[in-house]
Amino acid sequence: MTAYIIRRLIQGFFILIIMSLIVFFAMRLLPGDPLVIFMGQQASSGAMSEAQMASLRHEYGLDKPIMIQYVDWVGGIFRGNLGTSIYYHEDIGKLLGERFPITLHLGVAAFVVANVFGILLGVFAGIRRGTWIDTVSTTLANIGITVPVFWLGILMIFTLGLKLNWLPIYGYTSPFDNFWMSTKQAIMPVFCLAITGMAYTARQTRSAMLEVIRQDYIRTAWSKGLRERTIIIKHALKNSLIPVITLMGIGLGMVFGGAVLVETVFAIPGIGRLLVTSVFAQDYVVVQSGTLVIATIIVLSNLIVDISYGWLDPRIRYN
Amino acid sequence: MTENAPTLQGFTEAPPRVNEWRRFKRAFFQRKLVVFGLVVLSLLIISAIFAPWLAPGDPYNGNLDDSLAQPSMKYLLGTDIQGRDTLSRLIYGARTALIVGFATTIFTAGVGILLGLFAGYFGGITDTIVMRAMDALMGFPMLLLALLIAAVLGSGLQNVIIALGVATLPGYARVMHGLTLSIKENDYIMAERAMGSGNLRIMLSHILPNTLPPMIVLITLQLGSIILAEAGLSFLGIGIRPPGAAWGSMVYDGYRFLLSNPVLSFAPGLAIMLVVFAFNMVGDGLRDALDPRLRGII
Repeated sequence: MTAYIIRRLIQGFFILIIMSLIVFFAMRLLPGDPLVIFMGQQASSGAMSEAQMASLRHEYGLDKPIMIQYVDWVGGIFRGNLGTSIYYHEDIGKLLGERFPITLHLGVAAFVVANVFGILLGVFAGIRRGTWIDTVSTTLANIGITVPVFWLGILMIFTLGLKLNWLPIYGYTSPFDNFWMSTKQAIMPVFCLAITGMAYTARQTRSAMLEVIRQDYIRTAWSKGLRERTIIIKHALKNSLIPVITLMGIGLGMVFGGAVLVETVFAIPGIGRLLVTSVFAQDYVVVQSGTLVIATIIVLSNLIVDISYGWLDPRIRYN
Repeated sequence: MTENAPTLQGFTEAPPRVNEWRRFKRAFFQRKLVVFGLVVLSLLIISAIFAPWLAPGDPYNGNLDDSLAQPSMKYLLGTDIQGRDTLSRLIYGARTALIVGFATTIFTAGVGILLGLFAGYFGGITDTIVMRAMDALMGFPMLLLALLIAAVLGSGLQNVIIALGVATLPGYARVMHGLTLSIKENDYIMAERAMGSGNLRIMLSHILPNTLPPMIVLITLQLGSIILAEAGLSFLGIGIRPPGAAWGSMVYDGYRFLLSNPVLSFAPGLAIMLVVFAFNMVGDGLRDALDPRLRGII
């Protein structure tokens, strides 16, 4: 097990390095001088002489070889220095720090909702194959996979917010300030963030369940006279969850990808919204650092998924 | 022992010869949802090709006097703030969706399949470099990666295609890689090598054709997710520039008039969902008809 964990850690580390290279070079090698873009924001680019440009270039380290720039950037991240936003004129670490808890709050809630309901739907669809439960669950899963989340958000705002007046239609309140308001505001965004992951989880659980309940040891459990609930929970579910856990890693990525859209629809000041604003403001450093922070979280959680996977299914470790 | 009798008997009798194409047709058209998907896709393709003839009004230049008109006989789905007919923009939006879908797929499937094929066939260092790079790309949420690329390149049709192409690349490379690894172990590949065929010939005329069925399934399923992602980018305002008609940006534009003209954002959203649903259903149907064992792989 230790060897397996170490191997996964090393792999995860290399993946992170490659991801940071992708993020960095996507920004640098493509057309556009970062300094000109930067100066464009300062609205004084026309008046700059070559010498001034050169000195600024030196100041921001843009005259160094590109690999050195990369090392400086990554080194800065490790020291907690993510750079300064051109648009907000603020430290990026601070910008991300303010918004991150919001995205995390909604994201974790969505992640829990997606997996709990996804697994429940999948299990019931699997053990009651061909009944109305299966039909409803499969239809819901098909809709969940195909619905554009931003549109679902708008539909919910229209019905639950504007027509029925049940829920507030936008914004975010910290649960520590006003728990009731925060929960009411979170319901719709969390549902939108969860729907895709929930659908995939339900589908995966259903097919894994169908696979498992055909196995001999399930028949043995039945013939021992165990109760259905015991068989499903202790024998069938445990074994069918293994592929579902792999999906959880992907599900986290979906939550962050979806955050970009959902935070725009519900005007939530999270990381997703920050990234979109920064794209429009051509604030590349924020986009760069924000993307890398999210990527790091996803790699780390995939690592946890991989390790728990190896723990649950010992066959994986020796692969 | 009596339990095994039926299976053994089944083996001794020659299986009834069914025409492969007829078997495929039966399995494929059996499910109602697949047929529904085919109908939706046919409508999509027809409206994309014949948009100028089908659209009742001008999708780009509206009549400002009719701004935000409610659905009526003149404007079946009403008009937007600029007085443009929603139905016509919806029909032209089918063009955008299909162009983005197919152009991205040609680019990403072409590159992804070749990368996966070479990595899987040659193994070793090529495999490590290519597949680790794909793992890294896969680590980004698809929409975030597309957003990053679109941020650098700017908006516009061409850049959306590149952004979505790069974001969907690892999916193709991974599946192709896995298929190549299993196919190259077959005896007929060894026989081919013994006959003196070169690597390129083995890859292109023996491995590639055998990966075709799963690849067709993957392409169909991916077309749906590409269209969904394009809608997301357009919704954020990063995709197709105005006045171009894209369903995602239509949803966003209509959002401001949700109370007075809900149909403005409801209709394009429903179109996106129907089309993605159709691609998924047809993809599932193709998979089950071509090779049910692919369930779980794709």
